[in-house]
Formats: sequence, structure tokens, C-alpha cells
Amino acid sequence: MGGDNLAYMSEGAEGLRSIPALLQRNATRFGTRPAYREKEFGIWQSWSWAEAEAEIEAFALGLLNLGVERGDYVAVIGRNRPTLYWSMVAAQMCGAVPVPLYQDAAAEEMEYALQHCGARFVIAADQEQVDKVIDIQDALHQFEHMIYVDPRGMRKYDHRRLHEYSHIQDQGRAAYDEFIGELTARRESLGYDDTCVMLYTSGTTGKPKGVVLSNRNIIETAKNSAAFDKLGPGEEVLAYLPMAWVGDFIFSIGQAYWTGFCVNCPESAETMMTDLREIAPSYYFAPPRVFETQLTQIMIRMEDAGALKRRMFHHFMAHAREVGPKILDGKPVGLMDRLKYALGSGLVYGPLKNTLGFSNVRVGYTAGEAIGPEIFDFYRALGINLKQLYGQTEASVFITQQPDNEVRPDTVGVPSPGVEIRIAENGEVFYRSPGVFVEYYKNADSTADTKDPEGWVATGDAGFFEEDTGHLRIIDRAKDVGKMADGALFAPKYVENKLKFFPNILEAVVFGADRDRCTAFINIDLTAVGNWAERNNIAYASYQELAGHPKVLETIRGHVEEVNASVAEDEMLSGCQIHRFLVLHKELDADDGELTRTRKVRRKIIAEKFNDLVTALYDGSDSIYTETEVTYEDGRKGKIRATLAIMDAKTVPAAPPAMAAE
Amino acid sequence: MMDGTEQTHWTKDERQAAVKDSEGYVTADGRQIGGVLMELRNITLRFGGVVAIKDISFDIREGEIRAIIGPNGAGKSSMLNIISGFYTPSEGELWYKGSKRPPMKPYEVARMGVARTFQNIALFEGMSVLDNVMTGRLTHMKAGLAAQALWWGKARDEEIANREVVEKVIDFLEIQSIRKTPVGRLPYGLKKRVELARALAAEPSILLLDEPMAGMNVEEKEDMSRFILDVNDEFGTTICLIEHDMGVVMDLSDRVVVMDYGKKIGDGPPDEVRANQDVIDAYLGVAH
Repeated sequence: MGGDNLAYMSEGAEGLRSIPALLQRNATRFGTRPAYREKEFGIWQSWSWAEAEAEIEAFALGLLNLGVERGDYVAVIGRNRPTLYWSMVAAQMCGAVPVPLYQDAAAEEMEYALQHCGARFVIAADQEQVDKVIDIQDALHQFEHMIYVDPRGMRKYDHRRLHEYSHIQDQGRAAYDEFIGELTARRESLGYDDTCVMLYTSGTTGKPKGVVLSNRNIIETAKNSAAFDKLGPGEEVLAYLPMAWVGDFIFSIGQAYWTGFCVNCPESAETMMTDLREIAPSYYFAPPRVFETQLTQIMIRMEDAGALKRRMFHHFMAHAREVGPKILDGKPVGLMDRLKYALGSGLVYGPLKNTLGFSNVRVGYTAGEAIGPEIFDFYRALGINLKQLYGQTEASVFITQQPDNEVRPDTVGVPSPGVEIRIAENGEVFYRSPGVFVEYYKNADSTADTKDPEGWVATGDAGFFEEDTGHLRIIDRAKDVGKMADGALFAPKYVENKLKFFPNILEAVVFGADRDRCTAFINIDLTAVGNWAERNNIAYASYQELAGHPKVLETIRGHVEEVNASVAEDEMLSGCQIHRFLVLHKELDADDGELTRTRKVRRKIIAEKFNDLVTALYDGSDSIYTETEVTYEDGRKGKIRATLAIMDAKTVPAAPPAMAAE
Repeated sequence: MMDGTEQTHWTKDERQAAVKDSEGYVTADGRQIGGVLMELRNITLRFGGVVAIKDISFDIREGEIRAIIGPNGAGKSSMLNIISGFYTPSEGELWYKGSKRPPMKPYEVARMGVARTFQNIALFEGMSVLDNVMTGRLTHMKAGLAAQALWWGKARDEEIANREVVEKVIDFLEIQSIRKTPVGRLPYGLKKRVELARALAAEPSILLLDEPMAGMNVEEKEDMSRFILDVNDEFGTTICLIEHDMGVVMDLSDRVVVMDYGKKIGDGPPDEVRANQDVIDAYLGVAH
């Protein structure tokens, strides 16, 4: 696989200007090769490119029959299924714009997007999604027809505006002669600057925005990124991330259609891990938390394994951590170490990778948030080529990515092919590339705020290039990056992430903007610390009691000091070492407004709410009494009272004239 | 609605006449219920001197969800055991699909399209979910032992066809992710669902559920209720269930038989039964 496919892959694709055009190329060139697989009824059902084209064409004819016009918006809602991918391409064939929406969104959230784009047609996976749209249909003025894929439970619905997917296809096939001319004309008129897809960004602030991506954006990005990782038609991917997310569109449609590789859809969300093992993808993407969960599961299961197996696992994993990444990067490794690694592959790494479904991974990516270095190293030690990338919906994903053999946990790599990057004075990262989005739909102001007339897009993230390697490092959201009183750079998230990599620490909030030194709030992880307490016979009655236990505080102090040592190594950020900290008496919670629903800390709100604690961190007191209002899950409110100990942590003097240690 | 409590003995002609004029009824949510599928006539069951069921008659119609309720020891499970052929009634007749059913062994009853689940889960704990559900297809397997052991010829085709039915059931009940898991490792609520799957795999005409929600939490009850309604809706399966949770019974069923001390004290749509003074007494308790 891979390199030798390179020439083969782009053959006949140059000059094609739309996804439906690429589909035609694939159907002729890779006619009998699998294009889609989906596990259903316990068996992997597959469709070749030629079959996929026939399915898509039948559905597109059915859409014309239903009255889809050029420029219509067609919303697609559901989990990853071939039929829904076909729906998107069929909509494109008709000259319409597919708008995939998050399937777990509540009806009201969907209402906003459907109303904003004025979707005339909705394609929904099943009864659950259909019900949501029916709930809000009175508010949707342009909505006309809904098509559902899974007929279960739908028999008694009013079918005046509701159609079954397979019936639309049947009608399309029946009306072939009538509409094929029109369909061909529409397909052929698709240009490079026509809209390929519109994706709503989740929007941490304000309403979601509809990001318009053209065929040029998607195809150029697919082309560049496929060449970067030498993706060929032999790749296997598992499509399990939300269809509304730009990454899934690029992987499962952009790159898949450009290179002609096969997209596999799991049986259900719960069977994803089994399906992953069965498919053993060669190209794989997962957010850090997926890798974290998997690693935790492995560790728990190893604890339950027999003594011999456990010892073997720990022995060979220690060796793998040492030499595995070097072997992967092609660095020199001694013969004995190589032989031992080979033995380990046979006994431990191979079977483990097989269980995880990573036996064939040639290119693996993680992105979205920082990944813990030891998690990252674990997978690389096993010989899995896991890399990091940095991207955005507005960039059609790729801004930077790590080339093979230049992989490190703390950078996000070099600019992707065709991407220019510029760092503004305040540290904010700007980029310009063929993948840069056309506009935010019906939102010229936001478009102008984000993209300047020369095509430079603001990422909102602050970062810098490492001088020796040319790798980009992202330190924080630009708006959170500040200056300390002495002018040193203050990047709270950078330090918080380092803290959160310790399993005992669930959440951390670092303060220090415009102050002379940094301090922190810390939340312990009840599972990890509770487990530790159980093993060490430490009794506790509540979260609060455990969080205030002197031994726990000592452990956390150890973690903080380790982080300080690691932060001190970085001369730009060495001022962010934590001088004093406290362990909070309650878990930060979205119900109390301290976190967003996606579990990001709202530092402003936290600073205001716990103002007394912040003051205590800076006024030198040893402990502080506090009362906090909490909201219970049923909406009632209560108060927690606690006296919190304030801990000092050792800091390390940094090389340049930064902060003096206490 | 037909009500057989008054009449003590039926001739065949009378019975057929009764079926003929009972064209079924339409439920509150608009479902068409068909003619009589099973009819129990003057059933009495004795264990030595103990009378467990005393002269009970009721019918189950095609496509309906029929509930049997009553306090502990009312004889509900005994009634279900009579339908499934486990007990032979001491007196009375059981008519099924238009003819009188002679005393039968439970496996013979199963072959006639009656499947059931049990109050105390009766699955093979060491076998996988898939294998357990496959046992529900036993009544549809005709190939001999040797052919099955050799996985040859007709046995092979038969197993593939059976597996297809089983997979559809697995898909329907959303248990794909535990297909290969040994049943012993599953939580209670899922075991109940596997039992339902095994019963469904038999493609029954009548599905008997003995306390399908016993011991479940609210969420599991909601799931199970949805599956019961979906089974009835998608496959048109007639369902007869025993349940203690009154909320569930009243929401799910089309008609309810109420038993107390082996006697029938009420029969009709949920609202009617709820208003019945005998039923209220039986549940709240009066001196007997």
C-alpha cells in the first residue's frame, strides 16, 4: 500500500472539478473495488465504486423527481452510513448543497441551522431524527420534504411530506428517461468555485456559523493531504466521527473520492470498537480522548491478567517506550535492542495492536486538543504511526501536520502543503491556503472579521514556530494568552494541560494575568484518587474530604512541582510556574456554569465566583474558609462549606532572567 | 366485545358463530385488532386439593396486547403456563386458531407458534447472546443431527437462513454490541432483552411475556416498553403479558384480564378495569 499507489491514485483525477466528477472517475477506474462497507445483520455488506455510483445516481434522479433545484440546501442528519454519504453526493449531483448536521443536537439547535440555511429537504437516518424535525417543522418556512432511511416505526406517520429512501431511489430509477438528461447537465455544470458543502461550526460563542466550502477547497485539500501521507486507493478507513464535522467530510468524502479508497461504516456506535478491530484501518483519526480511554482500558485489563502476562507486558512495554519511537522514526538503534523489540512484537505489541484494531495503521492522526505525552508515546512505542495535526473547519481541516519521522507530542507539525502561516505580533496564528473557506453563509460581518481581503484567516490560537525544527507549537487560545506583571508571557491552558496529563488531576485553572506570579485551582479526579485511596486503606466519606486529605494534597504538590520543572525548560513560558495552589472542595461543573457543556473551563466566571479563594492564593494565608453555592442535578440549590489548605509549590529558576523562585 | 364468562359450555357451531361476528375492534391509537386467535374456556386448574385457577374464560385477539394482572398468588403465571402447554388444565378447553387444542407438550405448543419469556431469566449463561437467540430457532430446524454436526447440505442452508432471522431480531432489539458476549456477563436488564430476542427468533404467533419488567429501573422499563410496542407494531405479533407495574400495563395493553384468588374479577380496556370496584378492592385489599 502507499507509495506505489501514488501515481495510480491521481491518475485521471487531475482536472476534475467536483465530487460527482470524481465519483465517475472512480466508477470507471476502480469499478469493482470496494467503495463502501457497512456492517449490518452481523455481516459486512459492501458496495463497489460502480455500485455506489448506481445507488447515488438513482437517488439523485429521485431527488430531481421530488423537485430539488440548483442551489437548494439539503440537510443530512444521522450516524455514519453509506446511504447518508450517498445522499450528500446525490445532492451535489443535482446542483444542491448538502448540509450535514450533528445527529445528537437537540431539536432547537437543529431549528437554528435548518432555518438559517433554509433547507427545503431533509434526509434523516431514522425515526429519532424524523421526530426532531417534525417537532420544529412549523418554524421552518422553506422546509418541504423529508426522506428517512430506516423505516422502523415509521409506518403510521403522515406520509404527505415524508418519503422512504428506497422509494425515492425506486422513483428515480422509474423516471430515468425523464430526468437523466437534466441530471447529466447539472452534474457537468458543476465548477471549481461552486459550493461543495456547508458545515455549521459548533460555535463556543454566539450562534453557530455556516462555513461554505467550495469544490476547490475540498478537492485541493484532499489532493495535498493525500500526497503528504501518500494515501492510495488501498487505504481502509472507519467512518465513525460525526458527519457534520469537517474532518469526516474530508476523510470520508474528499480524500476517499480523490484517492478512491474504501469507507467503512460501523454497525452502531456501541459496536465501533469491534468493527474497528475487524476492519483494521490503514488510515485512522481519533480525538485524544479516544486514545486515552483505550489506554485506560488496556491498563485496567492488564491489572486483571495473570502474573506472567502482566510481567511480560510491563517488561516489554518498558523496552518499547525506550526504543519503539526511535525505530518508528528510523533513528539508529542497537542490534540487541532491535532483536528484543522484535521478540516483544511477537509476544506483546502485535497481539495488543490486533486487539485494538491498529495492526494495519500506517497513518494515524489525533487533533482537537492536547494529548498527554505518555499516551502519545505509548502508541508510538507500539509502532503505531500516530501523528498530530492542527486544523479548523475554515481551513478544510489542514493547517499544519507532522511529517513521518518528525513526530513529537508537543508540536502540531509543519505547515501542510499549500498552506502559508504567519504569526501576528500578539502571537496569533494566521494562515492562507487553497482550503480557506469561501464565507460564513449570510454573515458578511463575521466573514470579514475572520478572513482579510488577501485571504489570511485568523485562527484565534496563539503559537510560535520552533526555530530549529520549523514546527508550530500552539500554546493557547489567543484571547486567553496574556502578560504577567513583569511582561512575561502568560499561557494558562499550556500549564493546565500539563497538569491534566496526571490521571489524579481532572481539571485545573491557572491564574496569573497581570500578577507577579501564577497560582492554580485544582480538581482531583475522583476515580483515580478514589482508587488510590482504596488501595492505601484511606477512608473518606465525600469528595470534599478526599480532596482535602493531607496525603492527596502532598501528591498533588508533587505533580505541580513536576509541571513547574517541565515549564521551566521552556524559556518563553517559564514565568508560568505555579507558586501556590489549592485543591477545590467541589468538582467544577457545567450545571454551576463553571464549565461549558463541552467541558472547557470558563476562567472568568470561575475567577469571579471564587474571588475569595483567588485573593487567598495571593495574600499569603495558609488556609481559607469558604461557602459555595451548588446546583444539584434536579435543579435544587445548596451550599458547601469548607476550609481549604493553601499549598506552596517549589519552582525552578529558569535560565533567562525571568521570575526568581521563592 | 365478546365475553364468555356467562356461558358455561359452547358447541363448535356456537363458537364459530361467535368468531364470525367478532370482526375485531379498533384501538384508541388507531390499530385494527383482528378476530380471536386464542380462547380459553372455563379453565380450572387444580393441584391436589388446591384450586389455582377457577373457571376462567377469556380470549386473545389477533394483533392485540393482552395483559393479565392480579395480586401475588392470583394464578397469573399458572395461566401463562397453561397457554404455553406446561400445565394441562383440569377442566376447560383451549381453542387456538379455530380448533380445540388437545393436551400437548410444551415443545409441541412452541411449534404451533407460541413463544415465551420467563419470570426468572432462563437463558444459557455460558453461551453467547447469539447462540442463545439461535436456540429460539430450534423449532424451525429440520436437518438431522449428523447433517448439522457435519455442517453439510441442507443443514448448512438452514442454519444460514435461521441466522438471518436471528440477526434481524438482534438488529431490531439493538443488541449488536453484545452479540458475542456470554450471557452470564450481562446485566439483568440486557438479559431480559436477550430472552425477548430468543422468543422473537421463533417468529411466534403469540408471544407470552412473564413479568418482562420485573426488577428493572425506570429507564430499562421504558426501553422494554418501547420494544414490546415495536414488536407488536412491526411484526404484528400478538402479545400476552403478565406485569405488576400498573403504569406499564395500563399504557401498553389494549385489554386487561384481572385475576384474584384464581378467579377472574375483571376484563376489558385499561380504563374500564381501572374503574372496576372489584379490581380496586383486590389491589387495596378487603377482608375475605
